[in-house]
Amino acid sequence: MASYSTNEFRSGLKVLLDGEPCAIMENEFVKPGKGQAFNRVRLRNLKTGRMWERTFKSGESIEAADVMELDMEYLYTDGEFYHFMKTDGSFEQVAASASAVGDTKEWLKEQESYQIVLWNEDPISVTAPNFIELEVVQTDPGIKGDTAQGGSKPATLSTGAVVKVPLFVNQGEIIRVDTRSSEYQSRAKG
Amino acid sequence: MAEHPWAPGGDRAGWQRRAELFAYLRRFFAERGVLEVDTPVLGRLGVTDPALEAPAAEGGALQTSPEYFMKRLLAAGSGPIYQLARAFRSGEVGRRHNPEFLLLEWYRPGFDDEALRREMDDLLAPLLPGFPAQRLPFDALLKQVFGLAWREVPASAWAEALAAHWAALGREGDPLALAEGDALTVLEWLYGEASETLQAPTFITDFPPALASLAALRPGGETAARFELVVAGVELANGFEELGCAETQRDRFEADRARRRQLGKPDVPVDEALLAALEAGLPPCAGVALGVDRVLMLMTGAAGLDEVMPFSWARR
Repeated sequence: MASYSTNEFRSGLKVLLDGEPCAIMENEFVKPGKGQAFNRVRLRNLKTGRMWERTFKSGESIEAADVMELDMEYLYTDGEFYHFMKTDGSFEQVAASASAVGDTKEWLKEQESYQIVLWNEDPISVTAPNFIELEVVQTDPGIKGDTAQGGSKPATLSTGAVVKVPLFVNQGEIIRVDTRSSEYQSRAKG
Repeated sequence: MAEHPWAPGGDRAGWQRRAELFAYLRRFFAERGVLEVDTPVLGRLGVTDPALEAPAAEGGALQTSPEYFMKRLLAAGSGPIYQLARAFRSGEVGRRHNPEFLLLEWYRPGFDDEALRREMDDLLAPLLPGFPAQRLPFDALLKQVFGLAWREVPASAWAEALAAHWAALGREGDPLALAEGDALTVLEWLYGEASETLQAPTFITDFPPALASLAALRPGGETAARFELVVAGVELANGFEELGCAETQRDRFEADRARRRQLGKPDVPVDEALLAALEAGLPPCAGVALGVDRVLMLMTGAAGLDEVMPFSWARR
């Protein structure tokens, strides 16, 4: 496997650190006075999402990680694994574990496209699109005329996610949700 | 980065500001009777300083600073001189580092280091807020930030202080391991972290003799007449009351070479022409090198050098 020297570090580079696949977020070259240089590097662990800040001696090399980011369509779950299919026409499938899917489980909708991170061809993380349209399967009946008061109520969506919706939203309607904040955006049109 | 691969960074107003800064610097020195000189960037040799690598070129090296050539001019009776010089340092790429950059370097026969700092105050006051800058001895800086006087504690305490500092900032890394056990490297890093905390313009003065570089030692040899200027946590300048003794300079070059060997870095021969010039007689003087691109960066509030150089490393 290839490796990268600190002077090749740039944001977006995928590397192996302590055996974990990471993405470099920020790389700062530091050289105090007339002293030896080092690099202060911020990395994101691609499996856990955790941020790291690590100091490297300038000129040091670290191993590249075989990481690929792909858009894939969600197919189904067999109870243990979550199956996705490549959208490049190859119909190739991968099975992601519950830990790789993580909290995105709440936003899995068939035929929707997700960003999958593959490490050595295994899925290690699944990211939902920022906005997704889902059906409200359960919510208390709304109060007529109450559209501007800004009150809200919980609504359970078809994927199992529970979000706060305005009082006028009814069961059976399709709504648009921001998956990053779990916030209601609007009613879906048509 | 640029939308089109050919495009320079910044805009016309920025390039004009750069040109106005050059004009201001030249005016400043012309009014004070300091002579503008130019010296080769393509020299015969690099530098022995273990922390600097001069890019090889044409059987010689691109100069990391015009210092040696300018000292040869001083020894030949040039009187006060300055230069806006291109300087080159291999591998130094970052937000505040570009392998090719612009140095304003000047030498003042008859000045001690404090007299030169006062001239720097005059030069920079119209450009940046907060001048005249405060003066802070190296020791006092370390005491202020780490509660540690380098002289009074064992070298192992430097590494502990740095490790604790990094840990408090959530930075992983063992300083001593990264420095390959070299205490002097740890001290330099400790100094770097401490100087980064300085927001108001500050001259850090009176360096430890081990970090004297090309500065003269104070009488008694406790400290070196070296200083740095730090503004908003950014190092802007490094200056010395210059070492004039050829013999001491040779010893320091040889110590540099020994440290290079220890660090596994390529050997660099001693610049005999410089030593011969010192032998012939360097007038007592003080000199300083100021990073012009960094001054511009702070003047304009830019986040990095890329915004103030038309063609930074990434845009070449």
